Amino acid sequence: MAHLDLEKPLLERNDRLAAENKARLTAAGVFMVDLMASPGAGKTSTILATIDALRENYRIAVIEGDIASDVDSQTIKSKGIAAVQINTGGACHLESDMIARALGVLDLDALDLIIIENVGNLVCPTDFYLGEDAKVMILSVPEGDDKPLKYPGIFQISDAIILNKVDTAPVFDFDREAFLSSTRGLNPTAPVFEIAATTGQGVAIWTDWLAERVEKKRRALS
Amino acid sequence: MHEMSIMESVFDNAQEACKSSGYTTITRIELTFGEMTEISEDSLRFAFDALKEGSPAAGAELAITVLPPRSQCLECGAEYEHDRFSVRCPECGSVITNLLQGREMRIDAIEAQ
Repeated sequence: MAHLDLEKPLLERNDRLAAENKARLTAAGVFMVDLMASPGAGKTSTILATIDALRENYRIAVIEGDIASDVDSQTIKSKGIAAVQINTGGACHLESDMIARALGVLDLDALDLIIIENVGNLVCPTDFYLGEDAKVMILSVPEGDDKPLKYPGIFQISDAIILNKVDTAPVFDFDREAFLSSTRGLNPTAPVFEIAATTGQGVAIWTDWLAERVEKKRRALS
Repeated sequence: MHEMSIMESVFDNAQEACKSSGYTTITRIELTFGEMTEISEDSLRFAFDALKEGSPAAGAELAITVLPPRSQCLECGAEYEHDRFSVRCPECGSVITNLLQGREMRIDAIEAQ
């Protein structure tokens, strides 16, 4: 019988591949954002609104992560935007090797911004670094103001938090102050963008925040 | 249920260490997780039971240590443990803090024969 000390991070391989993804993107001056939310929170609508706001100034591609189907990537492609579909075949989150394969399909030199639509889930994507420059989560009003208390991890690790569907707040009895207060406790520094992706309300504040970072990454190259 | 992916990594690491040291059977696996990760111990044990059958770790014991979150305040320098829900410094109330412990996902050791 022997006791063997390993002291090894379990996600070492994922993190190593993520660092490689990051290096490829930095070499090409491309900013990558990982968008996470539950199913139905409005990830695709938010991406479409973001594309509308930024496509004039930036070259954008989308990596769609879903358990199955290419419904979302077809929607993005119909807008004339490059989209790569990843089907995880049951896995509840994206991992960095999947992103590496998707990056291989895209022409990075012809891009400024890659938006990853992670698998709809408020838990699992939290623990996986993909090589992104920012992790951004979306909560939608119908999900309820108590979600920061139920899913603290994703609120903590997000660089920005989007509250979507604010136009439905009167119907859903959403306590905005309670939401903001618990979110602040978990993540005092991330901005909270209150938007309605389908009407365009508030979207510009989010896209300005994103554009500033895309611009900075692109400039760092020259 | 991303614990299945994590547990696959546990098995890869454990089996490699077992084999490269010339042993054939894993009798114990020791893991450490920080409380700020999204790992559920029940799901981990479920994944362990699902994956161990027919492997060198089929009869192994799984030991899991959970570490509480610990932060340092970047304004007053205080170091403190806290829960998952607030990182605020208990000394000065600042929210400008650095997490020192709580996001670990690690295989510490195995016992093999």
